[in-house]
Amino acid sequence: MSASQPWYKRLYDWVERRVQLEGPVKDAALHPVPRNTASWWYVFGSASLTLLILQVVTGILLAIIYVPSAAHAWDSLQLLNNGLPLGWFLRAMHGWGSNFMVAVVLIHMAQVFLFGAYKFPRELTWIVGVFLLLLTLGMAFTGQVLRFDQDAYWGLGIGVSIMGRVPVIGGWLVDLLMGGPIINGATLTRFFALHVFVIPGTLLALAGLHVWMVLKLGVNEWPMPGRIVRRSTYIQEYNQLAHDDGIPFVPGAVWKDLFFSAAILFAVAVCAAIFGPYGPKGVPDPTIINTVPKPDFFFLWIYTVLSYLPPEMETPFILIAPVVAVVILIALPLVAGIGEKSWWRRPVGVFMVMFLAVSWAELTHLGTYTPWSPKMSAWSGAPVPIEYLRNRTPLERQGANVFQEKQCRNCHSLGHSGGLRGPALDDVATRLTEDQLYRQVLLGGGNMPAYGSALTPPETTALVHFLDTLHPGYQAPATDASRTVAAQQGQAPRPSTIEKGAGQTTVR
Amino acid sequence: MDEKLPPPSPHEQDATLARERHSRRTFLMNVGIALNAAAAAVIATPVVVYLLGPVLRRNEYRSWVSLGKVSDFPPGETRLVKYRNPYTDPQDGDTGNIPAYVRCSEPGNFTVFAINCAHLGCPVRWFAESQLFMCPCHGGVYYADGSRASGPPERGLFTYEQKIENGKLLIKAGQLPTLRNKAAAKPCPSLDAPAQPALLSRIESCPPASPGTSASTIG
Repeated sequence: MSASQPWYKRLYDWVERRVQLEGPVKDAALHPVPRNTASWWYVFGSASLTLLILQVVTGILLAIIYVPSAAHAWDSLQLLNNGLPLGWFLRAMHGWGSNFMVAVVLIHMAQVFLFGAYKFPRELTWIVGVFLLLLTLGMAFTGQVLRFDQDAYWGLGIGVSIMGRVPVIGGWLVDLLMGGPIINGATLTRFFALHVFVIPGTLLALAGLHVWMVLKLGVNEWPMPGRIVRRSTYIQEYNQLAHDDGIPFVPGAVWKDLFFSAAILFAVAVCAAIFGPYGPKGVPDPTIINTVPKPDFFFLWIYTVLSYLPPEMETPFILIAPVVAVVILIALPLVAGIGEKSWWRRPVGVFMVMFLAVSWAELTHLGTYTPWSPKMSAWSGAPVPIEYLRNRTPLERQGANVFQEKQCRNCHSLGHSGGLRGPALDDVATRLTEDQLYRQVLLGGGNMPAYGSALTPPETTALVHFLDTLHPGYQAPATDASRTVAAQQGQAPRPSTIEKGAGQTTVR
Repeated sequence: MDEKLPPPSPHEQDATLARERHSRRTFLMNVGIALNAAAAAVIATPVVVYLLGPVLRRNEYRSWVSLGKVSDFPPGETRLVKYRNPYTDPQDGDTGNIPAYVRCSEPGNFTVFAINCAHLGCPVRWFAESQLFMCPCHGGVYYADGSRASGPPERGLFTYEQKIENGKLLIKAGQLPTLRNKAAAKPCPSLDAPAQPALLSRIESCPPASPGTSASTIG
């Protein structure tokens, strides 16, 4: 060590002599990777890691202010949003960082699956990755709880209701999850400990292991049809490929990772700046029941599934399906650890990814407008279209009143406004005869409640007369043919539907 | 860089290990491991008890809470009430306030429903005009007597155990109702409800043995 060297070089040598990290870091940075892996398709893993670091940093900054107390959490979020300079921006970065992280992790997983990268010898890398996905989703859910608002409160309610369905130990699990008999301060501190210590600690440790294995086993080569993975020959073939047609990881491949990570960080910042932080929505006061709880974006699909499952299938499904899904993911590399990697030779795998993506997208889309939920304010907020009232008899108009007042509109739409739970009723008279309308209204059926005890006979009559006018001008209302026959023989009163020519909805 | 002595070769390491296998040092190391295991067990026991605290204390949670005078609840009406949970901590804030519905079907005959939908616990809303409870989450609907009308719930609304003392309506409260953790042991709240007129009496007053085959679902 000569004094002629600049001071920083001497400082570096002084430290390096003690920590001795140069060797392993150089080995990691310069190890050869197959040239064809320096591809834009291989940037999602490093982007996930970048986002994890972003979440840790912004999370620590938020923890400076956030108070994990059920009495104060909401106020401390308001302080972050409004009381501190750029507190809102940090909340927004953390919230959008979470969204991006879930999305990028899912894309990374799909890419790894389609490229066959989970096959020998990288099975354990995939299995650790499955746990990383679960932990990431765990972070997203517990983070939603820490944003302690009405959605968080009732979201927890949904969580404990699901827990409560576990056979035998369900009640205990509920108490354990809530930290008490109800959702309260103890629940929030539990989720705080999970979100801030337990899950991120595990996540960082497993992410370290994941990256370690990527370095040890090498980046998966670009899959070629016909290049079969065999346990006996793969390692040698891979090393040959990395040797003959390899480039050092730094800078050969890493520049794309760096570009993409920077782009993702910019995207998070832009979303945060434009769309702002998530909530908090209403105060987490359970006595404010005029609320429509909704999960965050990446859990909307579960919300949809829980609405559409038949009641008798629900408990088995929500208790068994997640376990089966995780077991399948873990078993995948153990069952299909060798063979073709290329997507050109794995049509079933490609189809599965497409099927899951399309299902997820559609379930999420449904979750954004929840057609299964009654529209709680439609009965007082969505007027009956005027053309449905023109040239109507007083009785029919009174029926329209009944229709609104009895909240029929919460589940049935007229003129494209109102609930979507039941069928739209714009042309219900073409589907049901007068008698069938009476029956349907009074006794319900097909998922409709019976209104018999909520309607007086005059109200029922008015309502059915109104419903019987709901048909297009070109299509007569449905009638019971037998009544016409009976009427001709003078044995029954004339059916009132025959006189309904005047009142018809407009032709559409 | 500094010259370093080469580390022992694997062969030398194996030889050292074999030599030490029955030595006093190995014995002392094993004793040390056992001591640490014992210490871990001693520490773990209170940790487990600490973590299981909420489960072990669960019998203390429920107690009688007054919802107000009986005369506050006129016959034929269903009213939203709130009470302070009997078991709260200072840091609970508003979350210790719990809403419930009190239905008085006839003088002296009360049913107190939990706010939580029997499906997944969202807060149901009462619509007096149509005499229905509707859930905003997944579309569960219940009749005025709490029995299931439509949607995903498998059963009627949860009810609280209730009694009248000194002119006050009391409920046994303190625990969030879920399918395993009921506000009341009664599985079927509609059983003690007044009989409906003959035309309207629904075939199932309890959830049917095989859901989906009831009169109100197949029509």
